[in-house]
Amino acid sequence: MSLAGYEVAVEQVGPHGLETEEMTLNMGPQHPSTHGVLRFVVKADGEVMRQAIPDVGYLHRSIEKIAEKVGYHGFMPYTDRVDYVAAMFCNQGWASVAEKLGDITVPKRGEYCRVIAAELNRIASHLLSVGTMVLDIGAITPFFHAFREREKLNDLLEELCGSRLTYNYMRIGGVAWDLPPGYAEKVLAFLDRFEPMLAEYDDLISANKIYVERCAGVAIIGREDAFAYNLVGPNLRAAGVRYDVRRDEPYSVYPELEFDVPVGPGEHGVVGDSYARYAVRIREMTQSARILRQCFRQMPDGPVIAKVPRKFRPPAGDAQVRVESARGDMGWYAVSDGTEFPYRCKVRTGSFAAMAIIDKVSAGLMLADLVTVIASLDIVAPEVDR
Amino acid sequence: MTANAVYERLKARFGERVISAQLEAKDPAIRIVPEAIAEVCAFARDDSELRCEALSNQSGVDYKADGEIEIVYHLYSYTHRHDVILKVRTPRDAAVVPTVEGVWKSANWMEREIFDLLGVTFTGHSDLRRLLMPEDWVGHPLRKDFVEPEEYHGISTRRESLLR
Repeated sequence: MSLAGYEVAVEQVGPHGLETEEMTLNMGPQHPSTHGVLRFVVKADGEVMRQAIPDVGYLHRSIEKIAEKVGYHGFMPYTDRVDYVAAMFCNQGWASVAEKLGDITVPKRGEYCRVIAAELNRIASHLLSVGTMVLDIGAITPFFHAFREREKLNDLLEELCGSRLTYNYMRIGGVAWDLPPGYAEKVLAFLDRFEPMLAEYDDLISANKIYVERCAGVAIIGREDAFAYNLVGPNLRAAGVRYDVRRDEPYSVYPELEFDVPVGPGEHGVVGDSYARYAVRIREMTQSARILRQCFRQMPDGPVIAKVPRKFRPPAGDAQVRVESARGDMGWYAVSDGTEFPYRCKVRTGSFAAMAIIDKVSAGLMLADLVTVIASLDIVAPEVDR
Repeated sequence: MTANAVYERLKARFGERVISAQLEAKDPAIRIVPEAIAEVCAFARDDSELRCEALSNQSGVDYKADGEIEIVYHLYSYTHRHDVILKVRTPRDAAVVPTVEGVWKSANWMEREIFDLLGVTFTGHSDLRRLLMPEDWVGHPLRKDFVEPEEYHGISTRRESLLR
């Protein structure tokens, strides 16, 4: 990206006769505090930013075009890479849209396996999100607490499907494998140990004066802006909108499960600020743990995958499916032309819109606040660029 | 609101500019004349029965066989919890569609992406430039007839096939 058009006036004379200059700085694409390869061209007057213009595309891997080449079944591993931090949801989104196109019903046990995998992944993703948020702000210790729990989750998911990060666990019609023997006990033991850890986390950082002052009141995004910019998920709930795809446009077996939808509490700050976005994620982890316990109690026996032909040819048409990913409602839109290769696959992710709103909220913030904003919006580069 | 009711409401307001609807499809969609899309979207957002506060998704699909590119708008109403799906078609070789950025700011980046990858020009857009590809890239990669260039700034795009 060239800097033509971003030239700024130099040699401004300030109020005390001092000559000042507005700087155009480059933040990224390699930067320890941006979550992936993200680049910002920041026009700053000292420490205060006038504008932070995002420049994306460094992680564009043309995943949508690849879908057209590898076919419905073959695309599943690629969907992991759309958001490698919360890959189960991407798997679920693609499987769901293919099932909608092909009128396939997933057996009940398969759906429960999906929800278990997804909620475990949600906890892991939120742990990464809050862990790196506090790390970016400068508190090193809570990061290790979060990642210690995340390691145990990675081990559980590895036991389930073989990999720690990009799972390729779900298939069109269900999931690839049933739960291994003894899995329920292991997950419940983890949850018994994990839920008190959230209280420990709160003691460590949530009421810390420095953390609160860094986050409270920073980048307040209200309801109207959240709708106009299509913010979703925890970002939208922090703005006070009690909406969750799992509860309001239910899919899979979520209608049979009971859970709350936390919204921005407005404590230590204002509803819609960075602290609210952090607080919503902490509370959502408790709800995920609740869902997991119910799943293990309620799971029926049976097959975990429906019979789907190897050359899967859904009838021509298009379909859209929304799943509640860790970063919000992820929209999968697929067009079929009757062959075994999708004609078009489009993913609209939660981080895409969050990246777009940074330009708007960053005027008047300080450079260090930009880091807080990026972290609190939980932006991951693979979702933005695909 | 059912898709039928949405269609009737739009037809009553916009008459001939609402061309047709696929009401029996899995995702019922309403086809609009491209010139009217911004007005229809503004109505969908502000009308109390439709109240589509958010543009949930905006995709471009290249129908090479028809010689047209279709832009699909997935609107969502948080108040009424319903989807409204609008479609416009524009010819491939002169793909021009009015922007809906004035209605929802989220269209800004989504239209930039469609411009970048499919080559559709959105008239009235405040900042129509490439989003994902480098700014000196030639061509629109998601088009069905896109041919990969041999090299980019000296980096070759050809490699030996891994299949034996």
